[in-house]
Amino acid sequence: MKIAIGPLLYHWSGEEIRRFYDSLRGQVDTFYLGETVCSRRREMRAEDWIGLGRELAEEGHEVVLSTLSLVVARSEAAVVRRLCDNGELRVEANDYTAVSELEARKLPFVAGPTLNIYSGRALRAIQRAGAVRWVPPIEMPGASLRGVLEELAELGGGPVETEVFAYGRQPLAFSARCFTARHYDRPKDDCGLVCAHHPEGMPVTTRAGERFLAINGIQTQSWCCANLIPAIPQMQEMGVAAVRLSPRPCAMDEVVAAFRAAIDGEPVTLAEPDPEQQCDGYWWGDAGYKRKALGTDTAEASR
Amino acid sequence: MELLCPAGNLTALRAAVDNGADTVYIGFRDVTNARQFPGLNFTPEQAARGVTYAHERGVRVHVAVNSYVQAGGWAQWQQSIDQAARIGADAVIVADLGLLEYTAEQWPQLGCHLSVQASATTPEALDFYRRRYGVTRAVLPRVLSIQQVEALAGETDVELEVFGFGSLCVMAEGRCLLSSYATGESPNTVGACSPAWAVQWQERPEGREVRLGGLLIDRFAPEEPAGYPTICKGRYEVEGELEHAFETPTSLETAELLPRLQRAGIHAVKIEGRQRSPAYVGKVTRIWRQLMDRLPATEAAEGGYTPDPAQVSALQAFSEGRTTTLGPYERNWQ
Repeated sequence: MKIAIGPLLYHWSGEEIRRFYDSLRGQVDTFYLGETVCSRRREMRAEDWIGLGRELAEEGHEVVLSTLSLVVARSEAAVVRRLCDNGELRVEANDYTAVSELEARKLPFVAGPTLNIYSGRALRAIQRAGAVRWVPPIEMPGASLRGVLEELAELGGGPVETEVFAYGRQPLAFSARCFTARHYDRPKDDCGLVCAHHPEGMPVTTRAGERFLAINGIQTQSWCCANLIPAIPQMQEMGVAAVRLSPRPCAMDEVVAAFRAAIDGEPVTLAEPDPEQQCDGYWWGDAGYKRKALGTDTAEASR
Repeated sequence: MELLCPAGNLTALRAAVDNGADTVYIGFRDVTNARQFPGLNFTPEQAARGVTYAHERGVRVHVAVNSYVQAGGWAQWQQSIDQAARIGADAVIVADLGLLEYTAEQWPQLGCHLSVQASATTPEALDFYRRRYGVTRAVLPRVLSIQQVEALAGETDVELEVFGFGSLCVMAEGRCLLSSYATGESPNTVGACSPAWAVQWQERPEGREVRLGGLLIDRFAPEEPAGYPTICKGRYEVEGELEHAFETPTSLETAELLPRLQRAGIHAVKIEGRQRSPAYVGKVTRIWRQLMDRLPATEAAEGGYTPDPAQVSALQAFSEGRTTTLGPYERNWQ
């Protein structure tokens, strides 16, 4: 099973971005690169991502360029087209603008987690459009994933690689509205890139003090950090090809090492972030914020 | 421009037809419908009666089969498409790739519209659905500004349908997992946003509390009005401030944009509200029929167009929190 680093979801400085990828060189199989949340973030332009991608690819990593998840402006569609036309690196389509461009060019692509593939038939359909790998929706339970893969096998047409979002704050929603700018009372068009102050989003806490969500610009994330290490044996058994670890401002090399150990069958406990900030509810068919295989839900127990 | 009105049962469908809807949209009473509400929506028999009633009066019926097919669920979703076709619906509203493919192959004569749940926002995306699945119309998600809607209309051959009035999804439709994060159920998987079984009201000394899936969504003072609890309209603490972090309870209301939508070539204006009462559907349909009938026919006549203030204030009375917004159509909202 391979380890992939998902696209960076936050607004970090160019220097921080460099440092982050430097810290993981040679330690993972695949890097997904690109801005998937907000086109106003321009620390790294399309050309910069492509340049970094070529560097990492030359060193032997697989590199995939990830496209924006919600494309509304013509300038944004142009960036999607630029990434699709890069000429060498594979692309992860995160909306159907990218799917349309890639299908028209007959280029194989990765179907990202926001394409809403929930069944074998839908997976077969996106495979026909050119997908060679897919990332199931964040909310898909492991049992459903098993069902989808069985359905695909019955439909024929060959396998497609499956990559599961296994670590990091989970992207839950996208909006036209920038909630970070709104919190700062700034218009979206003059946002001052205030999301740069929040390298892992802005925590949203309920009035009972439960830590609930994280605001990341137009994206809303889970406050808790997914950790699917306990599900790795199941994933291996059903033939999942890779786990996706979503970048966090922490020692990601240690997270990678923990996943590597788990993949190799070693017993491992991940302490980044603190275990009570981790969740795995979706995988086990429950509410996303719950902790199932990870142990007692202290948030519940405290009520 | 076509006026599309919602119906959650036969009485509401008749109210929409009788009050001037060009088209009524409905869904079956199961998980194949992205707006599944307890006690609402149609059995196949009721839907057939609805189609007859509407067709006898020259009104079309669209059937939303717009949640995503789940593992092991193909037969049920396929059956919904087949039933919609057999009862003579004029179109199905679909988001799932497998269902789009099936509809194109098995029911080529049936209109196939792309649901808002597919969240298609660009000419490229629309063209993908058109060229591969023969989609003729798309319902736009509530994420585009009016300028973007106008531009898109000029760049696509797919007919466009836009939301004109009703509850406002703050998040891009089909791209929101907030409900399943708290409850395990979402619009994409079972057609449920904030499912009623997961909602819990509790009177406490601090106020009237509402929880979803065990998480506190909001707390209301004794006289404070409280709507149906959804995560995106709750109050939370962000950096020490208590706020509606996503959106206040409000409704979308776009009467003033009608001339622009008409001029841009938008094919249909859609009223949200399959969960609403027949009385609501009848009244709102009537107001929108009048608003659309009274639109200036020419651009010249349209200068300084303002919708009838009496009708606008009537719409306001039907709105969540009694306030309305242009939502994402207005750039400042974003």
